[in-house]
Amino acid sequence: MEELGQKVSFDSKRAKEMVNELRGSFEEGKTMGYEWRVEQLKAILRMINEREADFMAALHSNLSKPYFESFLHEISLVRASCSLFLKQLKHWMKPVKVPAAITTYPSTAHIVSEPLGVVLVILTWNYSFMLSLEPVIGAIAAGNAVVLKPSEVAPATSAIFAKIFPEYVDNSCIRVVEGAIHETTALLEQRWDKIFYTGNSRVAKIIMTAAAKNLTPVILELGGKSPVVVDPDCDLKIVAKRIVVGKWGCNNGQACVSPDYIITTKSFAPQLVDALKSTLEGFYGKDPQQSKDLSRIVNSEHFGRLTRLLDEDRVYDNVVHGGQRDEKQLFIAPTIVLDAPLDSLIMTEEIFGPLLPITTVNKVEDSFSVIKSRPKPLSAYLFTKNKKLEEKFAMTISAGGILINDTTLQVTNPDLPFGGVGESGFGSYHGKFSFDAFSHKKGVLSRGFGGETPARYPPYTPWKQALLRDLINGSIITLILALLGWPWRE
Amino acid sequence: MGFMESVELDSLVEELRNTFESGKTRSFAWRKAQLKSLLKLLEEKEEDIFMALHKDLGKHHVEVFRDEIGVLIKSVNYALDNLKSWMAGKKAYIPLAAFPSSAEIVPEPLGVLLLFSSWNFPIGLSLEPLIGAISAGNAVVLKPSEIAPASSEFLAKNIPLYLDNKSVKVVQGCQKVGEQLLQYKWDKIFFTGSSRVGRIVMSAAAKHLTPVALELGGKCPAIIDSLSSSKDRQAAINRVVGGKWGSCYGQVCIGIDYLFVEEKFVSVVIELLKATIKRFYPKREYMTKIVTKQHFQRLSSLLKDPEVAGSIVYGGSLDSDALFIEPTILVNPPLDSEIMTEEIFGPLLPIITLKNIEDCIGFLRGKPKPLAIYAFTHNENFKKRLIAETSSGSIIFNDAIVQYLCDTIPFGGVGASGFGQYHGKFSFELFSHAKPVLRRNFWTEFTFRYPPWDESKLKFMRLLYRFDYFGLLLLMLGLKR
Repeated sequence: MEELGQKVSFDSKRAKEMVNELRGSFEEGKTMGYEWRVEQLKAILRMINEREADFMAALHSNLSKPYFESFLHEISLVRASCSLFLKQLKHWMKPVKVPAAITTYPSTAHIVSEPLGVVLVILTWNYSFMLSLEPVIGAIAAGNAVVLKPSEVAPATSAIFAKIFPEYVDNSCIRVVEGAIHETTALLEQRWDKIFYTGNSRVAKIIMTAAAKNLTPVILELGGKSPVVVDPDCDLKIVAKRIVVGKWGCNNGQACVSPDYIITTKSFAPQLVDALKSTLEGFYGKDPQQSKDLSRIVNSEHFGRLTRLLDEDRVYDNVVHGGQRDEKQLFIAPTIVLDAPLDSLIMTEEIFGPLLPITTVNKVEDSFSVIKSRPKPLSAYLFTKNKKLEEKFAMTISAGGILINDTTLQVTNPDLPFGGVGESGFGSYHGKFSFDAFSHKKGVLSRGFGGETPARYPPYTPWKQALLRDLINGSIITLILALLGWPWRE
Repeated sequence: MGFMESVELDSLVEELRNTFESGKTRSFAWRKAQLKSLLKLLEEKEEDIFMALHKDLGKHHVEVFRDEIGVLIKSVNYALDNLKSWMAGKKAYIPLAAFPSSAEIVPEPLGVLLLFSSWNFPIGLSLEPLIGAISAGNAVVLKPSEIAPASSEFLAKNIPLYLDNKSVKVVQGCQKVGEQLLQYKWDKIFFTGSSRVGRIVMSAAAKHLTPVALELGGKCPAIIDSLSSSKDRQAAINRVVGGKWGSCYGQVCIGIDYLFVEEKFVSVVIELLKATIKRFYPKREYMTKIVTKQHFQRLSSLLKDPEVAGSIVYGGSLDSDALFIEPTILVNPPLDSEIMTEEIFGPLLPIITLKNIEDCIGFLRGKPKPLAIYAFTHNENFKKRLIAETSSGSIIFNDAIVQYLCDTIPFGGVGASGFGQYHGKFSFELFSHAKPVLRRNFWTEFTFRYPPWDESKLKFMRLLYRFDYFGLLLLMLGLKR
């Protein structure tokens, strides 16, 4: 029995052994029952309650994430999710009766949710707690055996998961594998029943290519440049607050749903910039580096990436706020850039950091073509009081999700599917969508032996074709005759 | 039409993308008009379809009507009846009156799609996903299988006559053309065919992170329990014979691949099968031919193994000029022989005998999941066990193949038989993006969410959090600093 989260090299052979073991547990039916699933969910809830301090400390260690943010965005969301699942699981597990088709009459039809088998969840670093557990809860609730691979870029959470998780859940069906490229590659060589990945497109391509070898379905939760359109017709004070908290209050911009860039009118931009500046000062003080409420950049690699975006020639000159950085502290001040060139790196790559470019257009409707000319983002935001503009935005802008008059909150509604489209990924989860994401919806059709019509069988004669035609066209009389088994002989 | 020059393909794909960007395919009017035209095509060109399928597969026209044209007519009508409600989207449950103001899910088209169809139901498997793609408001490229050239030609010629050819294109050609098409970036790829090609499609899609749906195959077993009434037994055998040889002569993904029968019952079953086969197929014209020499050779070689050949109890004769193989029944060929490990896709029916019929559950455990499991039984407990302890795309009791007609259950595989489901509303959803739209207002503010954060805000949250999460927000609703 191998050590979990162990120091021994985790290679393809060990990965295979682990998967075989989990598959054995699954085939035995361990994960199928309602009781087992509830037990695991309750254990996870207990883990969150008992070890909250440990997790918060890890999150702080990874990113200097303010305790409040960790609590609000990660701990409480996962707790709420567990509670929702515990409440609804029985209902979700029930087969759904559906009307059967007239062409198969008489028959009854059901759709049954069944687990897929052994699934792999590869996690990311920015919301290392929440983003780890949300899909895992879904996979367990759907009755699967699960392997989690936490991100090595968040080493503290990865370590704590590997240590604490096995103390609470059924290790014969749920495992944590720590590591980096080598371990991930070993995992990807195995056959899974589904792979769930949150992260960037570069790695996503590697994962999907590996999955293709075994025809494994995948869910990819990727990112993109989530735009915020600000119509001058809005409540500026509130808009500024909601943008600032969505950008810098979420992991300091390192969130897939963070506002990436703003589009507003040329005439309104100065007012917006002022409002953002004063809100920033109100939230983080005159010297944001002293504020305890800002996360840091996760590591020096990302720090370098962000400073490259900022220091590009035509970009640095357009900084209207912030720009200060401290490499030792992995700190970059909340920075606003006005009208960076549309082909600059900061306007073409996902920022994932505390830099906020503002692009100006002549009238607010022009923002639509700016967004449409780019890859589809995970989220698109609009601040406006104009209902018509709202309607047009919701109907014509394609994004994973749309939020009007706020930012990032779509993550909190468990009744809405959360996921991308186009370059921002495919597949969705949260709430029941997580349960569905890790289930197979099996059609069950049940017939009796009555209603045998020879018309369906060879030898094929002209009158049979006529009969079938009538049946397809829903002719009641034909149907009744067919049910009676007419004609009785060939 | 053979190879398409890459320049031609470039401009074809660009045209489709421009059409889609123009918004033309999104309107209800456009979708309805296309579906109605499709209906007209099926009604007016019925004879041409019969001829094409007879040429490609020697398929009898009644079978064509029953399995392809008739089914498509049903599907188009179903889509026309339901399109408006599918397009409407739905409101999501809002836990509180004001936070958020409203939430709904709005379905939107994905964009430009690539559909690959298969040769065994060349019209059916091309147009069924096309109905879904159009209903969802997409632009489409359809690549029919070159192994059914007359049907492919039919589609290339007639689709442009009936459908909007700036939005729906048919691209003919061999494997190379398929590979060329896979180089482009699509918003979704739908593929019906073999696992081998499925892997190629998915690997190519991975380069662009394109979502795919793969409708593959597998070995669909039919389980025959003891049935006391002779009328029921005959009905069951009728359905088994129809499920094995009745659709494309066994060359169908949801066809019965092999049978499970209890030892003591097997001779009765074999006699009934023989008699029913004779009755259904007095002439060769009712049997579709084996599609190509290559498939004929593949099937013949399944019978070459002496132990397999020795297990034949009926049929077995081969006519390589006519590409015809007699309906063949085998009893207990070796379980590791190719006929028991590979999908047969032909008119050979192995029967595996068991001491107790419920042992089939253990047999199926750990095997690749098939597209369908069929069980002929009255035993309600056995049915429950099968549903709970086996996994397959779908499971059907007391009949075979008919699940294809039922629009209310999803059609598709799981595990080795593929992923992605369609038919009816599931087609619409497969080719749509279900976009959540959340609307908030300016007059409810939760000031605790804003920094600077302090212990009192945290304490406040913790205190309130003793209620559930949404209760917390309810309380926050009334508070303003």
